[in-house]
Amino acid sequence: MEAFLSYGFLQRALLAGIFVAIACALLGVFLILRRDAMIGHGLAHVTFAGVALGLFLEIIPLAVALVVAVIAALGIMKLKEKAGVYGDTAIAIFSSVGLALGILLATLAQSFNVDLFSYLFGDILAIESSEVWLSIGLAAIVVFMVILNYHKFMYMTFDFEAAKASGIKVGRLDLLLTLLTAVTIVLGMKVVGILLVSALVVIPAAAGLQLASNFKQAIILSSLIAFVSVLFGLILAFYLDFPASGTIVILSFLLFGLFFIFKRGKRIF
Amino acid sequence: MDSSANDSKTLIDVKDISFSYGPVKVLQDVTFPIQRGDFLAIIGPNGSGKTTLIKIILGLLKPSKGRIRILGKPAEEFEDWRKIGYVPQQATHIDPFFPASAREVVAMEFHASRKIPSLTKREEELCIEKALKQVGMDHFKNWRIGSLSGGQQQRIFIARAIVNEPHILFLDEPTTGVDSETQEHFYDMLDNLNKKEGITIVLITHDTGIVNKHVSQVACLNQQLVYHGTHEEFCRSGAFKEMLAGHHLISHRH
Ligand SMILES: Nc1ncnc2c1ncn2[C@@H]1O[C@H](COP(=O)(O)OP(=O)(O)O)[C@@H](O)[C@H]1O
Ligand SMILES: [Mg+2]
Repeated sequence: MEAFLSYGFLQRALLAGIFVAIACALLGVFLILRRDAMIGHGLAHVTFAGVALGLFLEIIPLAVALVVAVIAALGIMKLKEKAGVYGDTAIAIFSSVGLALGILLATLAQSFNVDLFSYLFGDILAIESSEVWLSIGLAAIVVFMVILNYHKFMYMTFDFEAAKASGIKVGRLDLLLTLLTAVTIVLGMKVVGILLVSALVVIPAAAGLQLASNFKQAIILSSLIAFVSVLFGLILAFYLDFPASGTIVILSFLLFGLFFIFKRGKRIF
Repeated sequence: MDSSANDSKTLIDVKDISFSYGPVKVLQDVTFPIQRGDFLAIIGPNGSGKTTLIKIILGLLKPSKGRIRILGKPAEEFEDWRKIGYVPQQATHIDPFFPASAREVVAMEFHASRKIPSLTKREEELCIEKALKQVGMDHFKNWRIGSLSGGQQQRIFIARAIVNEPHILFLDEPTTGVDSETQEHFYDMLDNLNKKEGITIVLITHDTGIVNKHVSQVACLNQQLVYHGTHEEFCRSGAFKEMLAGHHLISHRH
């Protein structure tokens, strides 16, 4: 462990990874209960177009991806509300169009190379220190906003009409949750890559929800699973020379499985 | 009688409200006041627009015509929603696996109109405890909401609706699926809230038998307001019998 932490790049990866994974898990709890678990998957694919655009225009891909993800998240929201398109359909449309645009742009930029691959599969160990601070800062904002609006988000998720009747500005908070999701997906992309970021949103939260008997437990357990997955995922990846993204995700899945068995076990006995 | 004047007895003033879902007319020119201390029952056949009317009053739906005043303010300008409690129609839309304890369900409403969560920790405990006691559910506060029976859930939803000590409580068919003995307790509890706590109650119900015992005012709705007045007059007027016999009910389903 000491050897592990003596590497600056590992410390940075660990710090950013943990913050981002906790932000993902927190939002994941709300998204799953809103039956909106696939939004992360959809936005991640759109983010691919953002990264490709960034590489094409030679602007910081992370920044372009952030803008594109926010626009897409708003687009999905409007398509659902105004055009009466089902949520999963709206996500399917945006994610495939995003991927298609990404392919075109990447070809134009002739950037089907290591760069793009690091975005697809994640490369947390190569994270630069400027990106670390940006990631931690943004993730901390996400966590803070969730905690600040914890009861209101919970109310809207549980009983939307009653929440609205109680005077909660549901439209505004819905928008906030959408924006936080978009930001978090882009951050998660840095940790585990476009193709796996949805796992970071869904799996720790789903695992936490297996055992939780109240909302606070769900939130705490999910964050804890995210924390453990990143911590031990990175340690394992480092010592066994595995890719970090895959290791983190598989580890969180193993925890999910463990919780699942434990829960069924409790039912049997 | 003109109730639109800003007299403090009128808590809510419903004036000429009409509403349609697309081409389907649901409410037409509904006018009535809700007065301080009322225990008002809104009755009417299925699909007569009772739920719709309440949702319009609560600002969940926009009327196509007419206006509402709440506590002296036009509904659009009204902000103090914690003064209004709401128990929605049969909580079947609730996810039975939702990971919230009974206590948390009440806490949601407590925090709905408050800004910073941590500043009110003590007040929160006291208010939630009191609300749960009032509905006789304080021993169930750590139970997951989905693991409670229908009647118990309904009590929790009432605790949620009264945790901020509202002036008015709206309940939409709260006793559907609750056995008759429990119903009796349930109405005693509402009586108590009305008489002891001074909460004005507006209750949508089919249960005309129960209504006889407890309510002071009746509004009989069937797209239009067929009757509104005291419970005694209602029984005398014969509207009650017609209501039960199903006469002059406008059917929207063909
Ligand atoms: N979301 C909706 N879309 C279209 N029609 C609706 C909707 N909700 C209710 N209705 C119709 O409006 C009418 C009144 O409904 P409602 O207010 O729920 O009646 P009640 O509560 O008296 O049973 C019914 O005919 C119902 O079919
Ligand atoms: Mg109804």
